[in-house]
Amino acid sequence: MAPLLEVIGVSKQYPGVLANDDISLTVDSGEVVALLGENGAGKSTLVKAVFGLLRPDAGEIRIKGEPIVFGDTNAVIGRGVGMVHQHFQLVPVMSVAENIVLGDEPRRGGLLNMKKARAEVRALSERYGLAVDPAAMVEDLPVGMQQRIEILKALRKEVDLLILDEPTAVLTPQEIDEFLNVVRVLASQGVGIVLITHKLREVMAVADRVVVLRGGKVVGITTPKESNEEGLAQLMVGRSVVLRVNKGDAHPGKPVLTIKGLEVRDDRKLKAVDGVNLEVLSGEIVGVAGVEGNGQRELVEAICGMRPRAAGEVLVGGVPTENMHPHAVHLSGISHIPEDREKHGLVSSYSIADNLVLNQFDQEPFARGWIRNAGEITKNAHVLVKQFDIRTPSIKATAGTLSGGNMQKVIVARELSQDFHVLVAAQPTRGIDVGSIEFIHKQLIAARDRGAGVLLVSAELDEILSLSDRVAVMSGGKIVAVLDATGADRAYIGRLMAGLHD
Amino acid sequence: MSVNTEKKSAVLKERRTFDVGSWLIPFVAVLVAMFIAAVLMYLQGASPLTAYTSLLKSAFGSAPGIGKTLGKATPLVLSGLAVTIGLRAGLFNIGAQGQLISGALASAWAGYAIHGLPMAIHLPLALLIGAFFGSLTGLIAGALKAYRGIHEVISTIMLNSIVISLVDYLASGPFKEHGQPLTRTAPVLKSALVPKFFGLPLGFFIALALSYAVWWVFRRTTSGFRLETVGRNKNAAWYAGINVKRSILIAMAVGGAVAGLGGAVETLGITGRFEPAFNAGLGFDGITIALLGRANPLGIIPGAILIGGMRAGAASMQFDAGVAPEIVDLLMALILFFVSAPLLTRWLRRGKGAASSVTGGWGS
Repeated sequence: MAPLLEVIGVSKQYPGVLANDDISLTVDSGEVVALLGENGAGKSTLVKAVFGLLRPDAGEIRIKGEPIVFGDTNAVIGRGVGMVHQHFQLVPVMSVAENIVLGDEPRRGGLLNMKKARAEVRALSERYGLAVDPAAMVEDLPVGMQQRIEILKALRKEVDLLILDEPTAVLTPQEIDEFLNVVRVLASQGVGIVLITHKLREVMAVADRVVVLRGGKVVGITTPKESNEEGLAQLMVGRSVVLRVNKGDAHPGKPVLTIKGLEVRDDRKLKAVDGVNLEVLSGEIVGVAGVEGNGQRELVEAICGMRPRAAGEVLVGGVPTENMHPHAVHLSGISHIPEDREKHGLVSSYSIADNLVLNQFDQEPFARGWIRNAGEITKNAHVLVKQFDIRTPSIKATAGTLSGGNMQKVIVARELSQDFHVLVAAQPTRGIDVGSIEFIHKQLIAARDRGAGVLLVSAELDEILSLSDRVAVMSGGKIVAVLDATGADRAYIGRLMAGLHD
Repeated sequence: MSVNTEKKSAVLKERRTFDVGSWLIPFVAVLVAMFIAAVLMYLQGASPLTAYTSLLKSAFGSAPGIGKTLGKATPLVLSGLAVTIGLRAGLFNIGAQGQLISGALASAWAGYAIHGLPMAIHLPLALLIGAFFGSLTGLIAGALKAYRGIHEVISTIMLNSIVISLVDYLASGPFKEHGQPLTRTAPVLKSALVPKFFGLPLGFFIALALSYAVWWVFRRTTSGFRLETVGRNKNAAWYAGINVKRSILIAMAVGGAVAGLGGAVETLGITGRFEPAFNAGLGFDGITIALLGRANPLGIIPGAILIGGMRAGAASMQFDAGVAPEIVDLLMALILFFVSAPLLTRWLRRGKGAASSVTGGWGS
């Protein structure tokens, strides 16, 4: 019998990125296949292709032996493919039963047959052993239960293949354990499951097979038995870009950034940074390595005043910085390349010139008192566009028209052209072209050589290792080790990243 | 069940295309509206050509006609400006009507109740009192938005009802002219009346000057830049050190003041007293005008003059062509419809994109 899902040599090219590069894999009935990879590894492109939402440039996808027609999503769904999204698509003010039958409601005459709907939900819930209360309001339920409803909603349509997209991203540890049980139950009932994730523990716990993607390629297919978390971590963050960075020796000086006992909570109010102590000296680059979702984002946001510090302090040159006030932190000497450039870094509908003065628009010489100085703003833009190699037809072009790499250069130019003691760079090269990556790397080293302390957070272990002078490894919200970058052992770091320190 | 296709990139694209650049939409909107109105007039058995000629002649064909048109346009420029200031700061101020009439009543009171001042003091004082009460009305919605996250569209619509009822009560009770049957205040004293300037209402020049001032503030000053940055990307504004809450308060307070001034200029320059029915719709017309003018403080002026002209010429159009004067309201409604359809869809989508990103930002 043909496998449930066959992906054969699928490639998809986007402008500047090869999102999927000759990907092949299979999923059988009753099998849990983990699709493991960092952001941008090509997971969502592949899933879109499976759903027929985009047409690959090459390759074929077969469900139960028959090729799917790209562009016809409904046909794919009709053949028993279901998906549970990371962001739930539930109506909070409706009951569990109403949500599950939504879109295909049992009717009596022209009216909704609620009795039948509830009975159907109860039957479904018994069949898969997923207990829910059909009458409960969705908004009153915890997140884990809401996810269960999403899964039931998918199962109601006689699903053979269920794709779960980052299903545990929003769950608490207890809910994750329950969720993993659900996955096992579904598999035992013959449902084929694709689990998209970058969390190694879950993969080890539940997967029958693991497919690791990196840079659009399948870099490994293995099983939890043949592999371990450390090996998977290395595969996942491995050498996706060959980076050769020329840098001289560091000349570290006095501490410029001191983090003391920092605790930070994430959006779910769970502790994401758990008592971090870290010092960055002037003239060195400290890289923070870690599998994504281990508190790096919250750490950066708390340092830069964008997220409340629940406990602890952040000092620049020995002076405490303000909590929850990004601009005050900036003025105290921290320049920051934010992870989300279009949300925080830029106003896309503003010109490049305005974006280059965005956090100093009311300071001399860009404003005299109340009046903005168009001449100086223009002059500044011309200088920085040239100095930072921002490729644009005009400084009046809006930032939104630039490529990712050039947008990032606008931010880098703005942050590095001001006085700073500390540079915090969060994923500074994510999703940008190789030329821009190289340029930004050079700028980070130049900032170091001018005597700044640089804190670099990146999901790319290679980037960390090639740029940093010291490496801090983060796992489970803690800094588990700080190592010298020269001669650091990748395997050891991989183990630390996977939380296997003792 | 479906996978979200490129939703994010679509949002980004929308954000990119938000510019005040395309001036084609307002022209097309006005022409299409006039065409549809013409068809309706024709079906009524009237001649649209006669009607439009008569409208044009009476509104713009003579010195007194122009004076009347500009008089009608004055509060419209100001209410359009009030809405524009909000739009620039990312706020949809539907409350210009409430802000305008609270300014109208307050200035009428200042005009008849304060005695013995020379014009040089009395008139500016009455105007300022009007602006102050308009500002206060706007500030309520601003504070609700800044501190409680209540959407300004909802709060300003509700405030409109509250203010309209309150003003009606005041004009028919405590502020009513003694011993008169009509619901209106006493006439404003001479010392508080806005004088004419070679037959043209002085208020119009105040409105022009203010429009220019607002345009300049947005173009050249740090304060304008602050408001505009908040309007375009709240998160980036917060991150860059702009006080988002204060910007919302300022935008609503200044917008309210301008609308209130519009009410004051109308009261002290045209009607000479406060009479609830006189001000009906001026604030709502401001929305049409702001959208026609593409949220540009100077761009609203032609729109206000156009609509002022329609209002001024409605009576003579009725007389000459035998069409109901309500055809002007219909025209206004059609213009609003055609000009806002593309803008609103864009604005709503932009709002949606921003909403999801606001969670990690200010005030949450």
